[in-house]
Amino acid sequence: MKRDKFFSPWLFLILPLLLYAIWVVIPAFYTFFLSLTRYDGLLSPEFIGLANYERLFSHDTFYISLLNNLRWVVVFLIVPVTMGLFLAILLSKKIPGARLFKALIYSPMVLAPVVIGLIWTWIYSPRSGLLNHTLTLVGLQTLTRGWLSDPDIAIYAIIFAGVWRHTGYVMLIYLAGLTSIPPDLIEAARIDGASAWQRFRHIIFPLLKPTTTIVIVITMIESLRSFDFVNIMTDGGPFRQTEVLANFMYKEAFARYNMGYGASIAVILFLIMVIFIFIYVIQRREEYGGGEKVV
Amino acid sequence: MFNTTIANLIGLSWWKKVSTAIMFVAVLLFVLVWILPLVGAIFTALRPLQDLRAHGFWSIPQEFTLENFAVAWDLGNLNTYLKNSFIITIPSLLGTLTLSSLVGFAVSQYKFRGNMFVYLLFLSGMLLPFQILLIPVFTLSNYLGIYNTYLGLIMIHIVFQMGFCSFFLTNFMSTIPSQLAEAARIDGCSEFKIFYKIFLPLTKPALAALGTLQFTWIFNDYIWALVLIRSDSLKPVTAGLATLQGQYTTDWGVLVAGSLLAAIPTIIVFILLQKYFIKGLTMGMGK
Repeated sequence: MKRDKFFSPWLFLILPLLLYAIWVVIPAFYTFFLSLTRYDGLLSPEFIGLANYERLFSHDTFYISLLNNLRWVVVFLIVPVTMGLFLAILLSKKIPGARLFKALIYSPMVLAPVVIGLIWTWIYSPRSGLLNHTLTLVGLQTLTRGWLSDPDIAIYAIIFAGVWRHTGYVMLIYLAGLTSIPPDLIEAARIDGASAWQRFRHIIFPLLKPTTTIVIVITMIESLRSFDFVNIMTDGGPFRQTEVLANFMYKEAFARYNMGYGASIAVILFLIMVIFIFIYVIQRREEYGGGEKVV
Repeated sequence: MFNTTIANLIGLSWWKKVSTAIMFVAVLLFVLVWILPLVGAIFTALRPLQDLRAHGFWSIPQEFTLENFAVAWDLGNLNTYLKNSFIITIPSLLGTLTLSSLVGFAVSQYKFRGNMFVYLLFLSGMLLPFQILLIPVFTLSNYLGIYNTYLGLIMIHIVFQMGFCSFFLTNFMSTIPSQLAEAARIDGCSEFKIFYKIFLPLTKPALAALGTLQFTWIFNDYIWALVLIRSDSLKPVTAGLATLQGQYTTDWGVLVAGSLLAAIPTIIVFILLQKYFIKGLTMGMGK
């Protein structure tokens, strides 16, 4: 290796790395420190040990938020993943207009979550909303309710808006995965008399396993991005029943200026993400047989 | 088994046609219900409030009006918010693509100590939940005097999106044979020229895909705008919609019209550059 070649990669990297250190790396570590302090954003942080975490673990809203985050993950892993897979298989067949159908199904993906949240708030609105009005029209008046003001239902109503956005993404990833399955394989199974379900169960689904892993990770990460929906649709209400960790943290840090406390919530969110990533890495390891290629 | 038997009995091509027709109708119905929220929103925004209040959504529209759009655009300040969104998104996009292609080139084309470390650093930044950065970046922006400015928001977009973009571009550039660089070096080409004249043009397809994807991501950002911008006159359209919601609490015509206006730029990008958008998403899966 020549002398100037030794320096050249760093000449390319110096500016990106410097900016990255200032805006991402150092702040990430700084949050851990802040979570151990009392800090209002103005005066310098005052070290108080684990007091923020003690307070957090005895705070009702924390458990409500945690449970709601869990609901997001579970519903997301079940509904959009199943629907997306089903739609992908259906639309990978030669159906007239399949291209247009696909585009329409994943079009919600380009809309901002805030835009979707606001549109769905209208759909759910008790008086002039699309949902109640339609239910009344078809004689299901008993089902009408304040979708976002009923504490038992509100969180699922919000999650559904998220599902509407996410399903197309899952479908897209599965469609890409399906193209890697050789059609001869499925044709051979068909000739051997395998039913549609058997073909799916024993050939298509096993071959889609790597795709499914990717779908699961993306879905888990997306389900943690519930902030925009919750913030615009209910801001955690009614009675904090739809609160999620991100919105809880945002309110503590930027509305009440409990920034140290907010930082401790961020750390918990980070740890949850680390667990997800850890599961993912282990999964992939097993697939490659304790292999070298993890990422 | 059942399908095959029937197919043999009544002739394969006929059965195929029928099953295709059934699937077509099923998918069509599903899609119609699926896009109802969007179509419904468009119709609601186009109708006067009194008409909707009196006759409900499913009634036959008495008249169409652009009144709601006009209110949202003018009184609701959507014109300012949308302009701000572009002022923020475009430099962020250019900045993050430029810096990330430098990283992609360096990491993919040079063997040096720390190569893997740099790659993993950006990869982990991509997986990092941004919540962990909110408070320190807010403090940092205050400290640098760029809180409540376009620049403050642009900087975090540039740097935060570098995680995903560098990962993406490194993967792409490592598929370009390094002999190209070697040959140019022998001809006396400088390192920067190799990057600029040879590798950047070859990376165009990846940049197009990534750029399309990033445009929608940055344009649609909400939380950073909430945290880093206070003045109404500087807010991008996502944060602006929250303000609009505060002003027009249940005037759904205006709110929905505002949401649709806010969505128009990303919808246009999607329609024109759909191919790149999807390529960006599927390429980004690391395969």
